[in-house]
Amino acid sequence: MNMFLALIVAAITYGTPLLFGTLGEILTEKSGNLNLGVEGIMFMGGAVGLGGVYYYEKAVGASANGYLAVIIAIACAFLAGAVASLIFSFLTITLRTNQNVTGLALAIFGTGIGQFVGEYMRVSEGGYISIGNALKGYFANSPFPAALRNIPVVGSLLFAHSIFFYLGILLAAVMFWYLGKTRSGLYLRAVGESPATADAAGINVTRNKYLATVIGGGISAVGGMVYITTIAGCVWNHEGLSGVGWLAVALVIFCMWRPMSAIWGSVLFGALMILYLRLVIPFIPTQLYKILPYVVTVIVLIVSSMRNNKDKQPPANLGLSYFREDR
Amino acid sequence: MYEQKVPLVRLAKRDGMPGWQAWCIRLASILVALILGGLVMMIALPDGSNPVAAYGTIITGALGTKTAIRQTVKIAVPLLGCALAIAPCFKMRFWNIGAEGQITAGAIAASYFALYWVGRVPSVLLIVIMGLAGAIAGGLWALIPAFFKAKWNTNETLFTLMMNYIIIGVVRWLQGGPWEGRPGSQIIPNFDQSVWLPKVLGVHCGWIIVLVLVVVMHIYMNHTKQGYEIAVIGDSVNTARYAGMNVGRIMMRTMFISGAISGLVGFIVAAGANNTLYDGVANGVGFTSITVAWLSQLNAFAMVAISLMLAVLSKGADTLQTKLQVPASISDIITGILLFCMLGCEFFINYRLIFRKQGHKEGAKS
Repeated sequence: MNMFLALIVAAITYGTPLLFGTLGEILTEKSGNLNLGVEGIMFMGGAVGLGGVYYYEKAVGASANGYLAVIIAIACAFLAGAVASLIFSFLTITLRTNQNVTGLALAIFGTGIGQFVGEYMRVSEGGYISIGNALKGYFANSPFPAALRNIPVVGSLLFAHSIFFYLGILLAAVMFWYLGKTRSGLYLRAVGESPATADAAGINVTRNKYLATVIGGGISAVGGMVYITTIAGCVWNHEGLSGVGWLAVALVIFCMWRPMSAIWGSVLFGALMILYLRLVIPFIPTQLYKILPYVVTVIVLIVSSMRNNKDKQPPANLGLSYFREDR
Repeated sequence: MYEQKVPLVRLAKRDGMPGWQAWCIRLASILVALILGGLVMMIALPDGSNPVAAYGTIITGALGTKTAIRQTVKIAVPLLGCALAIAPCFKMRFWNIGAEGQITAGAIAASYFALYWVGRVPSVLLIVIMGLAGAIAGGLWALIPAFFKAKWNTNETLFTLMMNYIIIGVVRWLQGGPWEGRPGSQIIPNFDQSVWLPKVLGVHCGWIIVLVLVVVMHIYMNHTKQGYEIAVIGDSVNTARYAGMNVGRIMMRTMFISGAISGLVGFIVAAGANNTLYDGVANGVGFTSITVAWLSQLNAFAMVAISLMLAVLSKGADTLQTKLQVPASISDIITGILLFCMLGCEFFINYRLIFRKQGHKEGAKS
């Protein structure tokens, strides 16, 4: 029982970065933009977010405010991701380049920038940069008081996670409400399904696509920062972060573009990421556990295409540029 | 009132631009990218050294000595090979981004024969078998998503992407499990020297294979019936169906060919460059080569130039790191900027910007 509980807690820790990465990409893809640069965006978010906290602490010293540090980290990461997605948006929406190719270029560029910033901080500060323990706690520890956290079972299940997990759930709920229940969300989905129709109905396709992609990229980037500040312990660790972005792309498919499913989906994927450490089943090599998320995603992809269920499909115009004059 | 509704800038498709002009725009975009890259380097470089000198270091680092040239060619070979593999798929508008996995699949199959068949058959024959096995394995790995695309229209972009990580995970398992050399090392032992690809002019002969493939692919895409079918499907699936083509079969065939070439590249990398198998055998080549193929307009000969250019950047950045302590990831950044600029410049080749003219009836013109 205890081991199972520990597994769930760890799964949530590992799932939280994925949750942000996925939610951002869902928003992006709902507008019909397939941004394959999530990997690069998360790298940038991780490095820049960490840099933001580090320089904040350096400037303020011991008087650093934990909550402000969290906000700074989120803002820096978001900004980095938004800038990266702005490049992507400008190229694919305004200049109508191929989305797959541009996304891959962004993945190369973003991982380069992330690595570079991470390395640069290490070189210019003479050694691995690290954040003070007090400040680290605000990122990795639960925001709830000890009384709640110490309730057996329920405490560690519900109240023991980092602040980002709760923010992620909140964000998922907001996105669910926005995409499903508001007019503006409906417009956004219309743009992703059929931009020509949306355009004819008077919806500003370009603006919707830009906004969704830029904000989505920002959200994804926060995921990279969450990884670095919680799992990697506020140290730049590109090896740990590599692959998380692609997993987020997989998760978008797995949860069928629905923000609420992303919550349990990311916890499940988080569990699959660490299962090999916790649960050793004889005869099944641990390394093969790690491919489970991808295998499951492929199966979901195949089954959903076989069933051809109208609710559970990618946005119809995913990956295609829209040019009004091109009929 | 009418004039006010004319937007400030509007777009029109160009009716084909003279070739030299298009290439001028492309060269200009490379220049812009290099300037932007120079700005990035100004931040990165230690004080007092200028970016122009850094570019000089990149060039001499990549092409200055014989050894450097050999290493640069070694980087370019898989890029070029994979770009050739991707070209027919992209021509068909089948977004195969699974080259990374197809390389790996090919490398696994080739490695199996290299590890377990050595000594049983003559080494020349064994190398041929390895190449064939790599090609077949890569082809079959690519066939899976193609089959589902043909049968149920499963999204191939996402499918091929996932397939990459599945096969890379398999290599990790092989590394730590059945094929592990010294227990606990997590490393597959080096192949026997008799199955290494022979060297020609100091570089493993993979470069000859890909150069032959350049010509073959050019002919295949432009002068064969199958190449024509691919082009028709790329332009309009419905037209292809109407003309009586079996679209699903052509897709599967093309993907098999594409995967087979990638698999062959996997064999070349494993047997020629690494002489072993490890999980980074593809090392991002599958993704970078997609951009190579696209930037070359799927033209096989242009791919040679572009893959060489990226290889020079990548090798040169290594030199930059050792000489000036600039992180080697600078090459990824400059590559990224280069790709962005070259992707974006196609817009100016394909479209014309028309600015609103004051006091001029725009409506009458069109």
